[in-house]
Amino acid sequence: MSNAILESEAAMAGGTPRQGVEQLSMQQALNRALDEVLTENPKAVILGEDCGRLGGVFRITDGLQSKHGENRVFDTPLAESGILGMSVGLAMAGFHPIPEVQFDGFAYPAINQIVCQIARMNYRSRGTLPMPITLRVPSFGGIRAPEHHGESLEALFAHVPGLKVVSPSNPHEAYHLLKYAATRPDPVIFMEPKSRYWQKGDVDVSAADAPGAGSPTGAKVMREGRHLTLIAWGAMVSRCLQVAELAAEDGIDVEVLDLRWLKPIDADALVTSVRKTRRAVVVHEAPLTSGLGAEVAQLITHGCFDTLKAPVERVTGFDVPYPSGDLEDEYIPNIDRILFGMQRVLEYRRG
Amino acid sequence: MDTLPLPDDGNAAPPPTPDQLRELYSLMAAVRHLDVSAVAWQRQGIIPGYAPELGQEAAQVGSGYAVDTSRDFVFPTYREMGVARAMGVDMVAYMSTHKATWHGGLYDPVTSRLAPIQAVVAGSVLHAVGWAHGQTLEQNDGVALAYLGDGASSQGDVHEAMNFAAVMKAPVVFFVQNNGWAISVPTERQVAGGSVAARAAGYGIPGLQVDGNDVVAVLDATRRAMAHCRSGNGPVVVEAMTYRRGPHSTSDDPGRYRSLDEERSGAGEDPLRRLRQRLLDDGIADDAFFAAAQAAAAAEETSIREGIEALGPRPGSEMFDLVFQETTPALKNQAASWREESEHV
Repeated sequence: MSNAILESEAAMAGGTPRQGVEQLSMQQALNRALDEVLTENPKAVILGEDCGRLGGVFRITDGLQSKHGENRVFDTPLAESGILGMSVGLAMAGFHPIPEVQFDGFAYPAINQIVCQIARMNYRSRGTLPMPITLRVPSFGGIRAPEHHGESLEALFAHVPGLKVVSPSNPHEAYHLLKYAATRPDPVIFMEPKSRYWQKGDVDVSAADAPGAGSPTGAKVMREGRHLTLIAWGAMVSRCLQVAELAAEDGIDVEVLDLRWLKPIDADALVTSVRKTRRAVVVHEAPLTSGLGAEVAQLITHGCFDTLKAPVERVTGFDVPYPSGDLEDEYIPNIDRILFGMQRVLEYRRG
Repeated sequence: MDTLPLPDDGNAAPPPTPDQLRELYSLMAAVRHLDVSAVAWQRQGIIPGYAPELGQEAAQVGSGYAVDTSRDFVFPTYREMGVARAMGVDMVAYMSTHKATWHGGLYDPVTSRLAPIQAVVAGSVLHAVGWAHGQTLEQNDGVALAYLGDGASSQGDVHEAMNFAAVMKAPVVFFVQNNGWAISVPTERQVAGGSVAARAAGYGIPGLQVDGNDVVAVLDATRRAMAHCRSGNGPVVVEAMTYRRGPHSTSDDPGRYRSLDEERSGAGEDPLRRLRQRLLDDGIADDAFFAAAQAAAAAEETSIREGIEALGPRPGSEMFDLVFQETTPALKNQAASWREESEHV
C-alpha cells in the first residue's frame, strides 16, 4: 500500500474529505508552496536555469513567472556557481533567494559558493549578513536519468557547518516543509525526491498552524509499530511504508520514522522510537560509507545502548558511482534488501 | 588601453578639487604608513600575519574614494586595506582580521558598506552581481564595486560574474588590481592576452585600463564607471595596472621568484611620490602639508596599533552563537560541553 493511500485514508473521516485537504502531486504541492511564499514575502525571488518561462524542467515553478513577474522569477545563464554566488549577493541586499539547481549532480559546480560562502557568511559577518537562501535540489535516483542526475548529497551538505538540510517524503510534507524552509533566516538545502514528484497524496493546505498541518520541524512517525523502527527520508519513506505492510503480514509490527530534517537531526525522535522498538534499520539511497546512516546509527546507539536488541543496521546504496538506469534497481535499496536488513536485526543474537 | 571605451554620456566627473587632492594624499599617506607598520607589527609579534598592499595605494584609495557609502556596496578580498581606509571604515575593526580575532573583521559590513574580508579570491565577485541585481529589482541606484586581482581573474567565477552581470545589465564595477604577481606567478603566466580589461569586449561591456599608480586617473576611471552603472547601462571592467611592491604576505619570500632589480623596474615610480610631486608642481601643497600628513599618519597608526593590542580574543561562545540565526540542538549541546570541559575564563 502506498504512502499516498495511507495518507488519504488518514485524511478521510468516514469517507468525507476533510476541510482544507486537497489531492496534489508533490510537484503541485511544491508549486503551490512557492506561489504562496512569493505572495506572502515580497522579498522572495526564484532564480535558476529554465525556472522562468519554462517553469523548470520538472515544472515546479510552472506559471510562477507569469503570475509574479520576471523580477520575482527569473532565468539565469547556465552556471550553478553563478546562481548560488548571485544568491549570496541577493541575500546581502535583503532578499530571500530561492535558487534551483536543475539536478543534484549540478550542485557540484556550486559547492564552492555553497560551502565557502552561503554556509559561512552569517558567521563571517558576525550575524549581520544572514543568508536566508532556500536551495531547491531535485534529488536522489529512481527515474532512469543520465549520469549526475541521481545523486544523494545529504551527507555532504549535512557535514558543512552553517547549512540545514531537509527532504520531504510526500506532497503534504513537501508543501509544509518548503513553506517553512523558505521563511527561515538561515540557508536550507531542500532535497526534493524527484521520483516522487508525480505521486499524489492528500495535502492539508489549511494554515501552517492548523492541527492538520503538523509541526514543520523534527522527524515524524509515519506509521507506528512495536517491533522495529525503519528510519528513512525522501523517496525511501514510501518504500519503507510498503515494507512495513509486507512485514505486517508476517506479524512484524514496524514503525516508520520519516527523519525529514537531515540537519538538524531530531535525535529525540530517534531515541523515543527506538527505545520503544529496541531495533532499528536506517535506509538511504546514498552510498554506505560515511553516509548519513552512520550518524543516525550513532545517535540511536548513544541514546538506546542499554536497551538495543541488536546493532543498528544500514540498508543503503553502494560505494559506487551512481549507476546507469539499467542497474539503478540493483543500487537503490529495494524491498528485499530492506527485509533482509530487518531480518538481520530481528534474528541478532548476542555473543 | 580602453578596449571598449565608455560612451561620452555626460557622466564625466569634474576633476578633483585641490582640497580633494590633498585629502587623497593624506589618505594614501595614512595607508602607506599603516601598511608598512603592519608588517613591522607582524615582525614584533603583535599580529600573526598580514597581506601588504605596498605600491597599490593609488589604486585602492582612488577607487575607494569614488564610493558613495549612502548607496553603494563594496566587495573586497583580503588585500583592500586602502579601500577600507578611503571608505572611512573603523581601522581597528578592519585590521582585527590580521590579529586573527575574527576572519571577516569586526567592522559592521552593513553600516560600513564593505562586505566582510574574503579569503577566496574571486569568491565575492558573484556576490557583487547578486547585490547589484537586487538594486535593479528595487529600482535603487546603488552600484556594487567588486575587487579582484590578476590571479583571481583566472577563476571561473569571474567569467560567470561578468557574463551574468552583462546579461542582466547589473550595476557592477569589476575593479581589477593587476599588481603583476599572484604570489610567485607573474601576470604573463597568469593572464592570457595580457589584459583582464580586454575580456570585457567579449561580454559587450566597457573595459578600461588605467594607470593604477596615478590616483587621479584611478579616481576618474572609477567615477566614470560607477556613473555608467548608475545610469542603468550595466557593468564595467576597470583594470588598474599597478605593482605589488611587497611580498604576497608576511610569510612570503619574493627573493625566491624575482630579483630586486626586477622589483625596481617593474614597480615604476612610487604612487605616493608621484602625487606629492604633482601637488608641489601645481602649488596645491607645500612641505608643511606633507609633514603634517605624515605626522597624522603616524598618530593614526599609533592609535590603531593600541586598539589592536588591546583586542582580546572573542568569547568562545561566539563560535557557536554566530553559526546560524536559529541555532540547532546539536550546537547547543556542543556549546554546553565546551563550557563544561574547555572554558578556562
